[in-house]
Amino acid sequence: MANMINLKINNIPVTVPEGSTILDAARQANIVIPTLCYLKDVNCVGSCRMCLVEATGARGLVAACVYPVSEGMEVKTNTEKVRKSRKMTLELMLSKHKKECLACERAGNCELQRLSIEYHCDPQYFASDDTRHPIDFSAPYVVRDRDKCINCMRCVAACNKQAVGAIGAIQRGYNAHVGSAFEMDLMSSVCVGCGQCVVACPVGALKERTTVDDVWDAIANPQKKVVFFTAPSVRATLGEAFDNPVGTNVEGKMVAAIRRLGDVEVFNMDVTADLTIMEEATELLNRIQTGGTMPMFTSCCPGWVKFVEQKYPEMIPHLSTCKSPQEMFGGLLKTYYCEKMGIDPKDLYVVSVIPCTAKKYEASRPEMGGEVDTALTTRELARMIKTAGIDFNSLPEEEFDNPFATCSGGGTIFGATGGVMEAALRVAAKLLDGNFEVIDFHEVRGTTPIKEATYKIAGKEIRVAVASGLANAKEIIEGVKNGTRHYDFVEIMACPGGCVNGGGQPTLPDSIRNSLDLKSLRAEALYKSDTKNEYRRSADTPVIKMIYDEYFGAPNSEKAHKVLHTHYHEDKRI
Amino acid sequence: MEHCEAKCGTAEQEQALEAVIEASRSTPGCLMHILQEAQAIYGYLPMPVQKKIAEGLGISLSEVYGVATFYSQFSLKPKGKHRISVCLGTACYVKGSDKILEEVEKELGIKCGECTEDGLFSIDSCRCVGACGLAPVMMVGEEVYGKLTPDKVKGILDQYKEASK
Repeated sequence: MANMINLKINNIPVTVPEGSTILDAARQANIVIPTLCYLKDVNCVGSCRMCLVEATGARGLVAACVYPVSEGMEVKTNTEKVRKSRKMTLELMLSKHKKECLACERAGNCELQRLSIEYHCDPQYFASDDTRHPIDFSAPYVVRDRDKCINCMRCVAACNKQAVGAIGAIQRGYNAHVGSAFEMDLMSSVCVGCGQCVVACPVGALKERTTVDDVWDAIANPQKKVVFFTAPSVRATLGEAFDNPVGTNVEGKMVAAIRRLGDVEVFNMDVTADLTIMEEATELLNRIQTGGTMPMFTSCCPGWVKFVEQKYPEMIPHLSTCKSPQEMFGGLLKTYYCEKMGIDPKDLYVVSVIPCTAKKYEASRPEMGGEVDTALTTRELARMIKTAGIDFNSLPEEEFDNPFATCSGGGTIFGATGGVMEAALRVAAKLLDGNFEVIDFHEVRGTTPIKEATYKIAGKEIRVAVASGLANAKEIIEGVKNGTRHYDFVEIMACPGGCVNGGGQPTLPDSIRNSLDLKSLRAEALYKSDTKNEYRRSADTPVIKMIYDEYFGAPNSEKAHKVLHTHYHEDKRI
Repeated sequence: MEHCEAKCGTAEQEQALEAVIEASRSTPGCLMHILQEAQAIYGYLPMPVQKKIAEGLGISLSEVYGVATFYSQFSLKPKGKHRISVCLGTACYVKGSDKILEEVEKELGIKCGECTEDGLFSIDSCRCVGACGLAPVMMVGEEVYGKLTPDKVKGILDQYKEASK
């Protein structure tokens, strides 16, 4: 056991393990020290100076987020000196900040705004620097407004943690700012669109490229039939935007809310998650049987796909040719559904609701043929619900619309790291061995960055790996390339923890991010739903049977290849 | 190592850069040293050179660029054959070196930080060359010119123009 250290914070005795920071100790004693640049597991550099406190033995004020405790230390977190220092720090930040708070979508959910109010800051105390830089609208997924940035570097740390490094700290002193190398725009940089920078940003400097107005226009257009479908993880997070505890599954209320946005149908994307599994498991078995390129990597995460195309194009043949569930749904709706319902595909407006910014980019890829007209993040859907004046928490629980309502539990767990693997194993195992009855593959669950397992099915050993977070994906790829890692099937999700922790999910303040395990709590909501589902295996649902019986014939059929599969492009970037 | 997309100068320069990267890549914190060497080879740090360094070290281009723009010793723009450096340190400044800089800019038709189109001269400012007794001072290459007045500038620059004809 670690040595314990005794100290006093505001005269309250606290005992914490050696190596703890003052901030850790204060949290334990329920004493709030404000932070801004600090983000647990992502950015711990003590640069913003918001968490300054007085500590005995230290020369000046010290940054609580990085300063280690020592025996007998006495800490004061709320002295005149401390308050004045924090207030000045905030007012200096405000002097360069574009204070368009009324029009900023982070208003009410902005950490700088909250602290400025708490410290009674005068935003004009220091003369404002009104130098303005162009807003970066180059990417169809994320918008960057440098003039709102406060240089906390949380986005840079998040991007580096993803092993992408599209943005960094540029220049020095007063000119220091966040940007891409050679000031190139995001779309020209190595950015993969994962949006981890967006959920890390405490202010409104980074946000998704919103298409909410396009959706309102389509809803108002009598020529258009508008259909929504929602990704597996959205039901596990949307509630947070309406003050529900993290990990609340709001599927029924979500469906009810979307239905009240206008005359729209609401489908369940878990259905095409099931469809993806049917196609992907079949592709995997084909590759095993015909000696195809191995290991096979999943392709449902567009941030991961972009990462491979840009950083490891030589690995493209390892990517499954399956489209993602979003694009499979787009294809399915504009072909099968339109034919079935007698709708001209031009009149069908398809909206996907996704936890992700990269999916916005995916929807815009030319090879996807515009089958998904627009993709909205969980945050954008929440905004639409608020604009429509819907009292979310008092809505009844409603069901998805047919014919794309019923999914398997396998489809639902797509939203968490390991979910795609588990769903694929459920189907592949049964295909290989008709008597295989195992449903729960616990080894691939959980938020461990890299999970490995070997399963013996029908006398064959299937070696699998699951990684979330692109730095871990990089480790897997390097291992496969240099021959130290051997697998048959690998699931990769760009965001740590998978889609539940995606870049399009509700932005939560650091006070929540630093104290709760978002990834696990949100994933738990999906696994609970899986166990309650009458169908656990993607192959077993009546909807999947209907889709193949009525349209595709069999997985990987010629028709299925045309609608449900895609190809990738080398796009090497440094 | 794969070739960077744009050519990194001449084959000799590229070879020299590769050798520098190869020799230091395993040393932690080698980026500064490599950037210094690269600047010695190329005279400045253009994008293809920075990309080659990023790729060689397995780090992001934004990290390389961040370091290259943090230190004023690094330049992203090409330098002239003769590098003019006008001292704007305290002693030179009070002796009117800003007027010297203005005169150099006027004479060459470029601004501080830029390079003439023929590649002959580039102008920078610096903070103290340790010759305060001679203030105001400017350097052309390794040559120091002291006790300057604006009217002396043209004659000095003309010597270099003549020599390169």
